[in-house]
Amino acid sequence: MNSLILRTIAPVLVSLMVLFSIFVLLRGHNEPGGGFIGGLIAVAALSIYGIAFGVGAVRRALRFHPATIAGAGLMLATLSGLVSALFGAPFMTGLWVTPVIFGTEIPLATVMSFDIGVYLVVVGAIGAVALSLEEEEDDA
Amino acid sequence: MASSPIDLSLALVTAAPDAADWLVVLPVALCIATGALLTMLRGRPALQGGLAVFSLAVLVLLNIGLVSHISASGPVTMMMGRWLPPFGIAFTADMAGALFSLSGSVVALAAGVYSLGDINEKGRRHGFYPFLMLLMAGVSGAFLTGDIFNLYVWFEVLLISSFGLMVIGSEDRQIDGAVKYGFLNLVATTLFLIATGFLYGIFGTLNMADIARKAAGFSGTAPLMTLATLYVFAFGMKAAAFPVNFWLPASYHTPRIVVSALFAGLLTKVGIYALLRTGIMLFPAERAGLSGVIATVAVLTIISGALGALAQSDMRRLLGYLVVSGIGAMLAGLSLGTVEAVAGTIVYGVHSMLVMGALYLAIGLAGRAAGTFEIGGAGGLWQRQLPLSALTLVLFFAVSGLPPFSGFWPKLMLVKAALADGAGWLAAALLIGGFLTTIATGRFFLIAYWRPSSSPQRGEGGPKGRMRGNTGSELAEIPPYPPFGHLLPAGEKGQAAALLPVALLTLASILIGLYPEPLIAAAKTAAEGLVTPSAYIGSVFGGEP
Repeated sequence: MNSLILRTIAPVLVSLMVLFSIFVLLRGHNEPGGGFIGGLIAVAALSIYGIAFGVGAVRRALRFHPATIAGAGLMLATLSGLVSALFGAPFMTGLWVTPVIFGTEIPLATVMSFDIGVYLVVVGAIGAVALSLEEEEDDA
Repeated sequence: MASSPIDLSLALVTAAPDAADWLVVLPVALCIATGALLTMLRGRPALQGGLAVFSLAVLVLLNIGLVSHISASGPVTMMMGRWLPPFGIAFTADMAGALFSLSGSVVALAAGVYSLGDINEKGRRHGFYPFLMLLMAGVSGAFLTGDIFNLYVWFEVLLISSFGLMVIGSEDRQIDGAVKYGFLNLVATTLFLIATGFLYGIFGTLNMADIARKAAGFSGTAPLMTLATLYVFAFGMKAAAFPVNFWLPASYHTPRIVVSALFAGLLTKVGIYALLRTGIMLFPAERAGLSGVIATVAVLTIISGALGALAQSDMRRLLGYLVVSGIGAMLAGLSLGTVEAVAGTIVYGVHSMLVMGALYLAIGLAGRAAGTFEIGGAGGLWQRQLPLSALTLVLFFAVSGLPPFSGFWPKLMLVKAALADGAGWLAAALLIGGFLTTIATGRFFLIAYWRPSSSPQRGEGGPKGRMRGNTGSELAEIPPYPPFGHLLPAGEKGQAAALLPVALLTLASILIGLYPEPLIAAAKTAAEGLVTPSAYIGSVFGGEP
């Protein structure tokens, strides 16, 4: 779509949406949200960017092919489940470390890395679908 | 977190799992991790085949370890994330699941080796190997999970991967086959989901061990018959039982031959496994009530499959009907429900996975050599392809249930179990089905292999002249390899590599035929575990029945 208004607002909107998607992803640990919905918000951002500047611009901005991102996410999620093998706990058991960074206790968990994996799978898989659908429209 | 007022030890497994317990989840984790890795490496098609075959070989080893662990110490359970049922998801493997998982991984390994010479760079870029690994993740997960909703999830995983595999090549007839296959399988999975929703509403748990120990108490008050009927219908559709099996012959001949081999070896058998799990272990009383229906369906499936095979002129379609006929034999065991009958079904399942997978691969090679998949268009394969023809003949004997090959013993067990149960007509149907299959495969072998080719030199327009109903695109898909009855020319290593998996699967069939005792003993253990699941329940709940 060739619209000056959209092209002006899109960078601001897209960066806000990606930021919000990461916020939703991290918030999901204890409150509504999580990797799946966060990933969907990120894909919505990518779609808007694609509508404004074309699919090629999105692919360049992503650097990696969406399927590669999905594969990396799946790998991260699987490895998060396997970490517990080193600590004598069953598969997929959540394990925690709470390092103190700048005087703040930050709880990190394999649950979180699993959720980041889910986020990447959704961004990659749904992103691939959305981008190829937009490409079809560009062709028509 | 430490000051939680709730005593979590009631809901959590506190003991550390044994190293051997990891064998239950590792097959699935390995397949998913390899699938993810191959997805990331999609730009490196040269690496994909080797990595996938290596990982499938490890999968076979893991499954061998799992079978030997279970035969030594009974069913194994690992609770995901420590949560006990009904909160957490359990992975529980008993002998039935492990046997199916092992033979499934053997077929996948054979198909993986075959694919090295069959899937070209385009197919690799389309993601053949990631889909293959994710399909195996779904199949292993379905065989090893102890949670019925989780079973649904693995069905979805393998279904989505199978869509991807089916349309590699993006030809019109592939899309056509995939639509029929996809639509009918989605109907079946939806029914499965609906039934599982009802089940959760009744039992308040999705863990299969938990359901099995509670089912008897609910039988008077809850609509368990409805549940069992829904499950039999949904899984019967998946397994290609008679009235709802038209999707299989309509779709199995369209994808690449190695994909057909995988599907024929694995997917319908997942349906049979799920039928055994729900029918025999979860709802035995309701299954007994349905046994008349299941037996009728079994007979119709056996006979219609064998008659369908007799009527085919396309090699791959003929094999599709043979798969269906075998499913009927397995359903016969389900309808009887005794330990002997269920053991027969399990042995038949193992045999059918190995032999049907091998047959599709063998027919792929035959079609490649003949330049067509029309039975009438081929001829004289015996002269030109001696090793392949000999292997195919053995496989035809095996699939018809003739001794001394693997198909004989399960049929014997099923016939004996049917006669012991007084179901003479079921035994008769099994034998008539075997007889018709012998005629169908004999006709196939006579025309395509034994009949001398009218033009001895292939490629001089001989076979092409007799091509019927074949379009040019179908021919173009078969690479024009020279026949390899003579010594293999250099650079045709792919041919030998393609013959190797067929030979190994055939060898497995011969070995089972000549020395069936270990498999039959394991299947008896598996059947006893399904009929009286106290060990299965004990492995989840720690001893208390």
